[in-house]
Amino acid sequence: MAISKIWVVAEIVDGNVTTSSLELLTAARETGATVEAVVAGDGAAVAAQLGSYGASKVYSTGDLGGSLLGVPVASAIAALVGGGNTPDAILLAQTYDGRDIAGRLSVKLDRTVLTNAVGITVSGDTLVADHAVFGGSKIVKASFTGAGPFIVLVRPKSYAAEASGGAAAAVETIAVPDSGASGSATVTERHMEERTGPKLDEAAVVVSGGRGLGEAGKYSMVEDLAKALHGAPGASRAIVDAGWVPYSYQVGQTGKTVKPEVYIAAGISGATQHMVGMKGAKNIIAINKDKEAPIFGIADLGIVGDVHKVLPKLLEALKGRS
Amino acid sequence: MNVAVCVKQIPDPALPGSLDPSTHALVREGKLILDDSDAYGVEMALRLVEAAGGGEVTLVSMAPNSEQSGLRTGLAMGAHRAILVSDPALKGSDALGTAKVLAAAIKRANPDLVIAATESTDGYTGTTPVQIAELLGFPSVTFAKKVTISGSTVVVERQTESGYDDVSASLPAMVTVTAGVVEVRYPSFKGIMAAKGKPLEELKIADLGIDASSVGWAGAGQKVDAVIDAEARQAGMVIEDDGEAYAKIVEFLEQLKVI
Ligand SMILES: Cc1cc2nc3c(=O)[nH]c(=O)nc-3n(C[C@H](O)[C@H](O)[C@H](O)COP(=O)(O)OP(=O)(O)OC[C@H]3O[C@@H](n4cnc5c(N)ncnc54)[C@H](O)[C@@H]3O)c2cc1C
Ligand SMILES: Nc1ncnc2c1ncn2[C@@H]1O[C@H](COP(=O)(O)O)[C@@H](O)[C@H]1O
Repeated sequence: MAISKIWVVAEIVDGNVTTSSLELLTAARETGATVEAVVAGDGAAVAAQLGSYGASKVYSTGDLGGSLLGVPVASAIAALVGGGNTPDAILLAQTYDGRDIAGRLSVKLDRTVLTNAVGITVSGDTLVADHAVFGGSKIVKASFTGAGPFIVLVRPKSYAAEASGGAAAAVETIAVPDSGASGSATVTERHMEERTGPKLDEAAVVVSGGRGLGEAGKYSMVEDLAKALHGAPGASRAIVDAGWVPYSYQVGQTGKTVKPEVYIAAGISGATQHMVGMKGAKNIIAINKDKEAPIFGIADLGIVGDVHKVLPKLLEALKGRS
Repeated sequence: MNVAVCVKQIPDPALPGSLDPSTHALVREGKLILDDSDAYGVEMALRLVEAAGGGEVTLVSMAPNSEQSGLRTGLAMGAHRAILVSDPALKGSDALGTAKVLAAAIKRANPDLVIAATESTDGYTGTTPVQIAELLGFPSVTFAKKVTISGSTVVVERQTESGYDDVSASLPAMVTVTAGVVEVRYPSFKGIMAAKGKPLEELKIADLGIDASSVGWAGAGQKVDAVIDAEARQAGMVIEDDGEAYAKIVEFLEQLKVI
């Protein structure tokens, strides 16, 4: 039994399939002959988009109210599998909801989950997932030993999303079994942060600040530079934990993976968990006062200097340009 | 209110990690310490129990060797007791195997709430807590940045891509907290002394009615085939700022046609 049918759990934001889900559809097409999608919500509304990235069918749960997705989506998938419709692999993006769904599904199907994958390949009857460890300097290749379905959480930005030009996916509505108390987690209100400019994981230029900025008030230099370069501001976890900026700014293992044309790291040491999220940038510029900082090991242009001196001059020089 | 906290004991992350050449697993020999990520969970549990006006905080940990120092740190912070499941058969467990063991141990504490970290420092699968919740039949709310108890529900501010959501779930529940969610107290001298006398129950998997074939290397549904070097990124030019280094950045950005 080779790997033939693959399901992708596709996430929808603002009525569109997320880029990371489109990446997964692309990966699935390279991995198996049949690609189908599972959607929490209204699958019909995104059937055309899913089809154009290779999904022949979309299983749609319909409106889930405000339920957190982990339990209802995993139960719906488990019910399909229990009914004899079994894929060889189930791919999910390593996102907030993706992890919840994968964890629940793992127990329901009694299957292991491979997490943090940055690539997947078929090897005989099993799947091999690549994991970047030690700051992305080594790749661990791990495979499933038992029977499928093989559940894999893939890090966003591991694949480039490419359309296949397929026809709209056929829509099949699936039942969501009642999960009682375990399904009781419900969103009662959503709070959105105001953010202008390009999104962090889509921007061509990302300027990130770290603890080397010294204090929260100095983060404005990072924002100003990002603005001057039409980019997005980002951050190391150190300053997210310190409460200087919201978590959605975090770049790295627990935060976003970014692959911009230019990544500027200001006052960031270059911890392995940070680097794994930005090592894929085309060009890296680092400013750090410690010439031994690990970030210089991967920078194309490294400036050993004080951010409080270099950034103001740089901002001044960029005034009126871009 | 009784809270169980999952605490992982890990090799000191400040020391360079290494992989076992034959199993390719992270080497977890020698001294283990409390994972920093879980210190936030312990702190959160202590605060919730204090706010509820009573109850116990039970630490639950699984380790292949009988390491206790991480648990002692949590007890010194103020947790009331600890359960350690340690058994040579647990070596090589994957996240699902770990969750089966922890879920069985947590059941003994009969908690109203279970707290874990969003992800561990050394394993970072981020799935173990949700797997535990599913095994226990509990709802789960991950990525909590604020947690309050209101009657028989837990109310959580959950981080999202674009802000946060207010989420509520019925108790008993599992909540995973992110780093920085609360300021973690340092164990006081008194706390450290008191920790020595607090109950620490050590269990084998047989005590939990778990079969050795479902955990450890035997039960793991995954194996590492190889470890290879990733394509290395070459370091470029590094210059000392003489007051004019900003111009080099401008020049570089011009070359890249960013400006
Ligand atoms: C499970 C886990 C997950 C993690 N996930 C992430 C993640 O997703 N993203 C992430 O970023 N981190 C993550 N971390 C944290 C990571 O290990 C580091 O602690 C963090 O990245 C450090 O942030 P920093 O570089 O800003 O701070 P530091 O490491 O403290 O570095 C500050 C740097 O600023 C320099 N500096 C100081 N003053 C100046 C000045 N005036 N001018 C110029 N330079 C100056 C210093 O030389 C130093 O190199 C994670 C850790 C764990 C355990
Ligand atoms: N062996 C363990 N003992 C106790 N808690 C654990 C263990 N493994 C995982 N956990 C808990 O689950 C969280 C997430 O772990 P992980 O799935 O490895 O990222 C950890 O931060 C702990 O709170």
